[in-house]
Amino acid sequence: MSAARIGCLSPGKLVRLSWSRGRGDTLAISRGCCGGVAVVRSLTSPHLSARAMAGLSSTRCGLPKESVTENGASPRGKVLTIDTMNPTVKMVEYAVRGPIVQRAVELEKELSEGRKKPFHEVIKANIGDAHAMGQQPITFFRQVLALCSYAELLNDSTFPEDAKSRARRILQSCGGHSMGSYTASQGIDCVRWDVARYIEQRDGGVECDPDDIYLTTGASDGIVTMLKLLVCGEGAARTGVMISIPQYPLYSAALAELGAVQINYYLNEDKCWSLDISELQRALEDARRYCNPRALCIINPGNPTGQVQSRKCIEDVIRFAAKERLFLMADEVYQDNVYAEGCRFHSFKKVLFEMGPEYSNTVELASFHSTSKCYMGECGLRGGYMEIINMDNEVKAQLTKLVSVRLCPPVPGQVLMDLVVNPPRPGEPSYDRFLKERTSTLSALAEKAKLTQEVLNTVPGISCNPVQGAMYSFPRINIPEKAVKEATEKGQEADMFYCMRLLEETGICLVPGSGFGQKDGTFHFRMTILPPADKLKTLLSKVKEFHHKFTQQYS
Amino acid sequence: MSVLQENFKQTEMTTLTEHACRIKEMLRQGVEKPYKYVIDVSWGDPHILGVKPLTFVRQVLAACFYPQLMDGDKLPVDVKQRAQKLLSWCEGNSVGSYTNTPGITEIIHCVAHFITQRDGGVPSDPDNIWIHSGSQWSLANMLRMLVNSEGSPRSGVLVPVPCHGTTPLSAEFLGAVVVPYFLDEEHGWELQIEELHRALESAQQVCKPVALYVINPGNPTGHIQSRGSMREVIRFVLEKKLFLLADEVYQNCIFAENTEFVSYKRVLSDMGPPFSDTLELASFHSASKGFLGECGLRGGYVELVNIDPPAMKFIQVLFNTSGCPPVAGQIALQLMADPPKPGEPSYPLYTNEIRHLSSTWLGNMKKVEKVLNQLEGFNCQPIKGGAFAFPRVHLSSKAIQKAKEVGMEPDTFYCVKLLEDAGVLVSPGCMYGQKEGIYHIRFCILTPEDTMEELLRRMSGFHLQFMKDFS
Repeated sequence: MSAARIGCLSPGKLVRLSWSRGRGDTLAISRGCCGGVAVVRSLTSPHLSARAMAGLSSTRCGLPKESVTENGASPRGKVLTIDTMNPTVKMVEYAVRGPIVQRAVELEKELSEGRKKPFHEVIKANIGDAHAMGQQPITFFRQVLALCSYAELLNDSTFPEDAKSRARRILQSCGGHSMGSYTASQGIDCVRWDVARYIEQRDGGVECDPDDIYLTTGASDGIVTMLKLLVCGEGAARTGVMISIPQYPLYSAALAELGAVQINYYLNEDKCWSLDISELQRALEDARRYCNPRALCIINPGNPTGQVQSRKCIEDVIRFAAKERLFLMADEVYQDNVYAEGCRFHSFKKVLFEMGPEYSNTVELASFHSTSKCYMGECGLRGGYMEIINMDNEVKAQLTKLVSVRLCPPVPGQVLMDLVVNPPRPGEPSYDRFLKERTSTLSALAEKAKLTQEVLNTVPGISCNPVQGAMYSFPRINIPEKAVKEATEKGQEADMFYCMRLLEETGICLVPGSGFGQKDGTFHFRMTILPPADKLKTLLSKVKEFHHKFTQQYS
Repeated sequence: MSVLQENFKQTEMTTLTEHACRIKEMLRQGVEKPYKYVIDVSWGDPHILGVKPLTFVRQVLAACFYPQLMDGDKLPVDVKQRAQKLLSWCEGNSVGSYTNTPGITEIIHCVAHFITQRDGGVPSDPDNIWIHSGSQWSLANMLRMLVNSEGSPRSGVLVPVPCHGTTPLSAEFLGAVVVPYFLDEEHGWELQIEELHRALESAQQVCKPVALYVINPGNPTGHIQSRGSMREVIRFVLEKKLFLLADEVYQNCIFAENTEFVSYKRVLSDMGPPFSDTLELASFHSASKGFLGECGLRGGYVELVNIDPPAMKFIQVLFNTSGCPPVAGQIALQLMADPPKPGEPSYPLYTNEIRHLSSTWLGNMKKVEKVLNQLEGFNCQPIKGGAFAFPRVHLSSKAIQKAKEVGMEPDTFYCVKLLEDAGVLVSPGCMYGQKEGIYHIRFCILTPEDTMEELLRRMSGFHLQFMKDFS
């Protein structure tokens, strides 16, 4: 079994990662030839000239200048140019922070300079950034972080005792009792133990080994690291990775950069963005003709689509992965963001273990979580973890080496991750307040999810699936043919054209569906449900008004 | 055998740290040893060694995490003002929000100002600065731009030997060939230009060298490059059409008298055209080293010079995909770039703390040189800066024989014995690369004064015994 697992996990990459079996980089070193030969070249330097300084400062705007080397011989172009750079980087695009966001920033600046616009403020519903939209942090979390930052506060009587004892415990496990020390690359031991205990509780007692937990710099770091480990091979043997369409663009960007083959499987919009096994099968069989599919990525609850998968669906996916020998990557960062009645979050791990040893001993799974979403919304701290199941030990050793290049994940993020998996317990002084804050944040999100789908569905030409979970709505919009034509003439996707117009006219910043992928001929946008309720209402009514006007203008 | 395997034997450390864990556990269980605790100086991390964080930095950080702290009178006024200012730069006034991917705009401007001042007025353009989760992450991103992962021949990166392991490892992960050039130990670990020529020539058949990596002040070597040496490097890089990666994270760790840090950018600018307007340079710095020593917060930046604008666009894309840098690390960088000024309430304490660290570390450095160079079998080049001592250990043939018998590198064997017998964890020279038959150890000197005294006491005693046992 273990050999098969290594096989699945990129033998090519393994060889490259392993020092003992380097890939032909046998550069002979002639030793001992750097003797102390005196350097006789003149080392007088010209004084700092205005020209020199201008040269240094104008790098951005000026064209690369052809220059002459000291001996007046060869002209020299740039070392790093579009033609010489790593070609795979050229394939990378990143939609969430694309031209729309850049324009939004410009508009904000123009507004602050007093320029007249048809709106008073830019409302950003483009990114899942809760605190930026006014969501308040959990007091307990921030108290512990402050205590860990400035340990003198441990003598301060205004901090609750449980916050202090939590801070003491964490500092005990930091080197030199400081959050400023490096930690093990895999993360602080006691945090990984707490994460393991949390997962066991969440999954109704399914065992979790702290050695399988890797703390990460946000979930995206973990996802990219796993993809790096998986991707290998050339030509038709190149690794293919299955991702849902619509997808979160981190995946497409990472796959492009790694030169992996992106295999699209479409979610079923008519059935509330559900995942059909027949569609997985179709995508896989198609892809087998030109690449070597190795991994299947699932985002549950969904981003950008907001669906929550049923237990049955997860079981089917696991069976499919087992049958087709695919490595499962479960992006579960929205696990606490479930709003719709009758929907529940089921972790892939739990379902996997409930399916019995036939599956739980074999299917390789990586599950990702983060501190950025749910009720925490602490994006800026960059906390996260991944749990790796059924990975071969040799491959795990390579993974450990791979994460060591980054030295360690940010410690404040690790501390926060610990607090998320080990929050105040009933009876502790901070419990009531914590529960109140958590509940009120989550119920506000649930209300906004409902409001969003209700209002959008009243707009002729917009249809929207229920936002069962996560933080986004991904409504389908009808764009009149005339508008599609105008967009095409401008070299733009029609929904990019739509969103840009929406931004210019209303100050609302959304992300066009084309950034996430969609069925040809359909158009969408993604909006977050994060703005405060009153702003969200304004936003929704402005979208409604705009859509009406836009449709009329182009019909 | 790969260059990495041959030159940077990093797995050696795993064995050592695991061994150290076992010993610590034994001590906890009350097993008798000639020492009560293990001194771990294998990392370049002052906090882990018991150095206190700077009060101002931690007060501001605490206030940013928990703004309610600003209501009372627990914190000095300038701390509160700074925290307020920093929070006003965060969306929603929270350090929990995402920031722009290059970092918070205002913080980048502070960093640019810091660089300009450092370099005696050479301008720094904020648009050329990217903050990231530690300097090594930025370095990996730059390598990702430079190394053509599908190219044939493969891309080569020139890396000094000895060198800390992270950079060669990053290059290797990206599919680059690591091309080693040796620093000249007999001349205080100077970088000799002839050696760069030799290294480059040796690489011609194997790969296409694209970049030269230098680290100044040096890790593990503790040397500081002279302006003359830097000018030579610049000429070499320009002539050979390479990209210069200048790791300058130890720029604040200058302790020796009559030495100063000069940045590559400054020297480049002083040299004037064609150098100053052509040579492509990435300079790295971080909040992890020096007086801040905030390794755990993960804040570093890269400043790019003379980058081709179309290529810059892709650098932007690359940094975008790795998300926003940790906000606590960004705050640390801001506080490093803009420390308390005279007249502000925190200034006296801040300067006291800095002065104390500075004199402690200078004292440590002198003690290390003095004590080790008096011991037979040790030879320590002058330490000018950085975080480490990297003395040469002359091992007897008997010791080398013994090491072979137990299947260890000779200097690893020395480190294992040092750990077992004296409770001191240092790292062996074979991890960083060294010439055949020559052995070193590396240890951090940024410790509190008493730790260093205890460390040297244990090391001297051990060394004498070791030499006796294996004579």
